[in-house]
Amino acid sequence: MARRARTTARRSPSAPLSPAPRVHDTTSTRRTAITPPDTRPHDTEAAGSTTTPADARQEHAVDHAAQAPTDVTLDSSRSAGPSYDAGAAVVAAAGEAVLEATRGERARSFDVADFPVPTGREEVWRFTPLDRLGGLLEDAPADPDARDVVVQAPDGVHVGTLAAGEGVRGTALVPEDRAAVLADAASPSATHVRIPREVELDGPVHVSVVGRPGSRGAGHLVVEAERHSRAVVVVEHTGGGVHADGVEVVVGDGAELTVVSLQLWDDEAVHVSQQEASVGRDASYRHIAITLGGSVVRLSSTSRYAGPGGSAEMLGVYFADSGQHLEHRSFVDHAEARCRSDVRYKGALQGETARTVWIGDVLIRAAAQGTETYELNRNLLLTEGARADSVPNLEIETGDIEGAGHASATGRFDDEQLFYLRSRGIPEEVARRLVVRGFFADVVQRIGVPAVTDRVMAAIEAELDLAVGPVAGAAAAADAVAAEPVLAGRA
Amino acid sequence: MATLQIRDLHVSVETDGEPTEILRGVDLTIDSGQTHAIMGPNGSGKSTLAYSIAGHPKYTITGGTVTLDGQDVLAMSVDERARAGLFLAMQYPVEVPGVTVSNFLRTAKTALDGEAPALRHWVKDVRTAMADLRMDPAFAERNVNEGFSGGEKKRHEILQMELLKPKFAILDETDSGLDVDALKIVSDGVNRVREGGEVGVLLITHYTRILRYVRPDVVHVFVAGRVAETGGPELADELEENGYDRFVSAVAAS
Repeated sequence: MARRARTTARRSPSAPLSPAPRVHDTTSTRRTAITPPDTRPHDTEAAGSTTTPADARQEHAVDHAAQAPTDVTLDSSRSAGPSYDAGAAVVAAAGEAVLEATRGERARSFDVADFPVPTGREEVWRFTPLDRLGGLLEDAPADPDARDVVVQAPDGVHVGTLAAGEGVRGTALVPEDRAAVLADAASPSATHVRIPREVELDGPVHVSVVGRPGSRGAGHLVVEAERHSRAVVVVEHTGGGVHADGVEVVVGDGAELTVVSLQLWDDEAVHVSQQEASVGRDASYRHIAITLGGSVVRLSSTSRYAGPGGSAEMLGVYFADSGQHLEHRSFVDHAEARCRSDVRYKGALQGETARTVWIGDVLIRAAAQGTETYELNRNLLLTEGARADSVPNLEIETGDIEGAGHASATGRFDDEQLFYLRSRGIPEEVARRLVVRGFFADVVQRIGVPAVTDRVMAAIEAELDLAVGPVAGAAAAADAVAAEPVLAGRA
Repeated sequence: MATLQIRDLHVSVETDGEPTEILRGVDLTIDSGQTHAIMGPNGSGKSTLAYSIAGHPKYTITGGTVTLDGQDVLAMSVDERARAGLFLAMQYPVEVPGVTVSNFLRTAKTALDGEAPALRHWVKDVRTAMADLRMDPAFAERNVNEGFSGGEKKRHEILQMELLKPKFAILDETDSGLDVDALKIVSDGVNRVREGGEVGVLLITHYTRILRYVRPDVVHVFVAGRVAETGGPELADELEENGYDRFVSAVAAS
């Protein structure tokens, strides 16, 4: 059983704390900081005025791995029994991590030579099973017919292609790892979806990516929402093969854009994707990652801001079965003033070798005054042997922010919840399904795109049939009632 | 008329890997329409009795029987017991994140009845019961017990008792932690259910206070894992005056 708790922390020397927070690690320039998420309106700006360990700490990174039956939580204000919604964490000190000096210094480049073949020990690759990537990191040509990309767009949407360096391509997404740089190089012609200025779409743009089993594919999609437009773009990945690709998103000033990336791959598929957005002044960007299918899926979702007042909401839902490695890496780079970000990823795991990883990076640079950010990851281990890693990293380089918080918890099914529900007559399989649906409910309801919500719930229902068995006989009536509110998307 | 019969019930729990006997031969018979109070000092096994009847997996039955109209309750699963007509109002109700009260109540009702309740009647019943318990209608859309105050949790338990209409309800220290206003509201709720004359109530309490609002037909004094004495309401009055000392020392002497 692996169980690690590790904290690293960084703080810019140019942003002094007064009084100094309690220092948990031994290096003189490093400070350990943990911010209770439930006090986020006022916690981190409190850096200059608080003294208790819990709220004086300001930034940290924790590394968390859990395998059933161990419950791991970063939340310190839990009541008895596992809880998914408790407060903040206290994790002891360290400085042993081999991270970049700061997340903002990670290499970004269009040159393949800048990203050598990884060994697996690199911070960015250490959670990923490199031996299962099917040669995806080798510099070999992609099969031309590996992916079928079909765009269905409402009237008024421009659909075309972009060569490297053409138009906005390359302005928002710069490759950050070897898979991304290879994908970009192998995609001379990117798919381009542009929502013209002030156009508000009634229905979503649908981009279907179907992978051919046994193939090796690469792709690049550019979504450009011009200023004051409003749109939803759903990118749906199905089929098989080994795929590296990029989704580049440019959200113009004042635009509202939701990008949904559905990973509904066949069992044997491998998919590594960098999805990166530039969020304009006063723009609202929502990125939603739904990962249910595929052998190995590694999706990196990044939000950067091109002006003040932007908002990024990044949601994730994943459900891993035996044999699946589902990895999500979110990064919010706050470099502009008065921007907001809200990151929420929830996952369930079932089966001996089910594996998930969530790395949640948030960087608040010195210029990002008035930032408000929160990130959360919850994992529900449905069976023994599954393993979830959860690593929130929060770096803060200015004391002048509205709030910064995080929560991370990984736990088993709560037997007391089951007892409570069953003691009201609810059969065990219905009770289990109720608990799992409830676990996902808040994130699923935030999706806000009915067609996507329905598909996600249907997919979760199918996973539940595997996890706790289909509900039959008299219990089916109760289960149908139990499923209603979530399916209806009501709170 | 229904009867819940407990005969020579022995229950133990694991502590530090060793079984510890908590209930040492409980005998109790309660008919529908009756209210029995079970009173006893801390650690006497009152809550163990409640959870054992409900079927909590932490408790191991080592001897005796529990029957509901002759049916073997101990052979039933937790949810089967509830569907047979047993209800436990818990002292520490459990939070269920992401599951709203309204969804929970309707799912439970459907499970008990085998079919979904007619929506219009059901919504009206829920609204009425909530209003009677002075619960804000917004409660229905909150997640089960999540962020509820102690008093809200207890009202929510009694709300379930009113709506799910059990044959026998066991109230495990429903009165503890309530201020007098909340205690009256909760007691009124229990009395509304009792007025139907069909439910049997096993009222487990540490204090006599609730018995002023919910008059029991029978009072059992519970000491060291068994019923030490059974009497009428006047037994509660004696406890009010003199406490448990007489019973505790009698058990210690025997």
